Amino acid sequence: MKKPVERGTWGRRAVLGVPFVWLLVFFLIPLLIVAKISISEIRVGVPPYEPLLEFADGAFVGIRATFNNFVLLFEDDLYVSAYFQSLTIAGLSTLMCLLIGYPMALAIARAPESRRGPLLLLVILPFWTSFLIRVYAWMGILKDEGLLNGFLMWTGIISEPLVILNTSVAVYIGIVYSYLPFMVLPLYATLEKQDPSLLEAAADLGARPFRAFLSVTLPLSLPGIVAGSLLVFVPAVGEYVIPDLLGGGDTQMLGKALWDMFALNRDWPSAAALAVAMLAALAVPIALFQRWQSALEPKEGR
Amino acid sequence: MRNRSLFLLSALGFGYAFLYLPIALLVVWSFNGARIVNVWGGFSTKWYAELAHNEAFLNAAWLSLKIAATSASASLVLGTLAAVVLVRYGKFRGRLLFNGLIAAPLVMPEIILGLAMLLLFVALEQLTGWPDGRGFATIAITHTTVGMAYATVVVRSRLSQMDESLEEAALDLGARPLKVFFLITLPVIAPSLASAWLLAFTLSLDDVVATQFVSGPGATTLPIEVFSSVRLGVSPQINALGTIIVTVVAVIIFTAWRLTNAKKANR
Repeated sequence: MKKPVERGTWGRRAVLGVPFVWLLVFFLIPLLIVAKISISEIRVGVPPYEPLLEFADGAFVGIRATFNNFVLLFEDDLYVSAYFQSLTIAGLSTLMCLLIGYPMALAIARAPESRRGPLLLLVILPFWTSFLIRVYAWMGILKDEGLLNGFLMWTGIISEPLVILNTSVAVYIGIVYSYLPFMVLPLYATLEKQDPSLLEAAADLGARPFRAFLSVTLPLSLPGIVAGSLLVFVPAVGEYVIPDLLGGGDTQMLGKALWDMFALNRDWPSAAALAVAMLAALAVPIALFQRWQSALEPKEGR
Repeated sequence: MRNRSLFLLSALGFGYAFLYLPIALLVVWSFNGARIVNVWGGFSTKWYAELAHNEAFLNAAWLSLKIAATSASASLVLGTLAAVVLVRYGKFRGRLLFNGLIAAPLVMPEIILGLAMLLLFVALEQLTGWPDGRGFATIAITHTTVGMAYATVVVRSRLSQMDESLEEAALDLGARPLKVFFLITLPVIAPSLASAWLLAFTLSLDDVVATQFVSGPGATTLPIEVFSSVRLGVSPQINALGTIIVTVVAVIIFTAWRLTNAKKANR
C-alpha cells in the first residue's frame, strides 16, 4: 500500500508541497485579502493603485477595521434586492434545470448501452464550445426584432413583438440553457449505476411504473440531484455575463453589482464586502459540495 | 411502460433541441448576407472574410491560445501531483484543508475569484514590484488555479481505479519510485492526462469573468474582445467566429471519442 510515495520522504514532500503552496498562495491568500479589504476604510481602495500602497504602509502602523462597508451594503436597497434576486433567480433556474435535466438523464441511462456514450457526448459538447458565444446566440433569438418574435408574429399568435431580451425571463432562459449540462451529468452518473432488478422487483410486487419511480428511482438518485443542483446553483448566484448580456435594468444580480462597484465606482472595499456577503450566502451549499466530494474518498483510501 | 418511455424520449428530444437550436442558428446566421438575423440576405461568406482581416480579434485569439496552452500545462502538472496526493497518500496532517482547497475553485463564483486574484496581484506588486502591471502572467496564473482543480478531478478518478499491483511489482523488483511513476503510472493514466489538459485548455480559452479582473490594457484575450463587441450589439462576425469554434470543438471531441472507443474495442 502506498509504497511508491512512502519510500522517499523528500520526494513525497515535494509532491504534496508544490500543489499545496500553489493553492495557498494563489487561492487561499487572495480570499483572505478580500476579507481584509472588505473591512478596511472605504477611502483606501479608491482609485486602483496608490491607495492600496497606503493600505500596505498602513498595515505596519495598524489599520482601523470598519464594518461600514457591510452596513452601507445592507442599507442600500439596490444591493439588498440584488442579493435576494440573485438567490431567487439561481434557485428557480436550478429547479428548472432539474425538471428538464432529470428526464434527459433518465432517458440516457435507460437507453441501450451502445447509445449512451454518443447521447452523453451530445450533452457535454455545448459545454466545450464558447459559453459567451452561446449566450450571445440567445440575443439574436430573444430581441424584439429577433427570431422568436418573428416566428410568433408569423404564426399569428401575437401581433406586437414581446419584450423578452433585457428582462429577467431572458436571464432565466440563459442560465438554464448554460448550466443544463452540469445538472444532467451527475444525475446520469447516479441513475446509470442503479440496478434495473430493483425496478423489476417493484413491478413484481405490483407497483405501477410511476409509483416505482417515486419510491425506488427518485430516492436512489438523491446524491445526483444534490450534486447537480449545487453545480448549477452556486455559479448561477455569482453569474455576471448572462445578466449583463440578456438582463436589463430590472434584473440586478450580485455578480453584476460587484463588477459595477469595482469597475465603475472604483470602490474596492465595498466590492470586497459584497464578495464576502456572497460567499456567506454560498457557504452552506459549498460546504455541502465539499462533503459530497469527500464522500468519494473512502473508495480511494485503500 | 410504453407511455413512459415516450415521455422520456420527448423530454430527451426537447432537451437536445434546447441545447442545439441556438448553436444551429448561429451557424446559419454566419452565412447570412444580411446584417439582421430574421432577414435572409442570401448565402455569403463575407463575415468570415471580415473576421480574417480583424486584427484585434486575431491578436486576441493568438494571446488566448498562448495563455491557454501555458495554463493547461501548469494545471496538468499541479493537478496530477494533487491527484497523486489525494489517491495515494492516505491520511496526513492538513489533508482536510488540502481537499477543501482543491475542490473549492470548482464551485467558487468566478467573479469572486477574479476580484481575489486581482487584489493579490496588486498587493504583491506593492510588496515586491512583481507583477509589473497585469497581462499574460496574471491571466495564466488565475486560469491555472481553476484548471488544476478540474485536472485533479479528471486524473484522480482514473488514478483511483488503477491497479496498484503493477507499481508494487516494479518497486519489489527494485525500481525507484520516480522511475515507477514515469514508466508505469504515467502511461496507464495517459488518456486521463490528455482529457485533463484539454479541459483546462478549453476553460482557459473560454474564460471572461475572472480574466476581466486580471487582464491589463495591453493584454486582451479573445473572450474579452468578443464580450466587449457583443455588448455593443449583434455583430455578424461573432456568428462566423462561433461557427469556427463549434466546428473545431466538434471535430476534436468526435475524434477523441472515436479514438477512446477504438481502444476499448481492442481490449
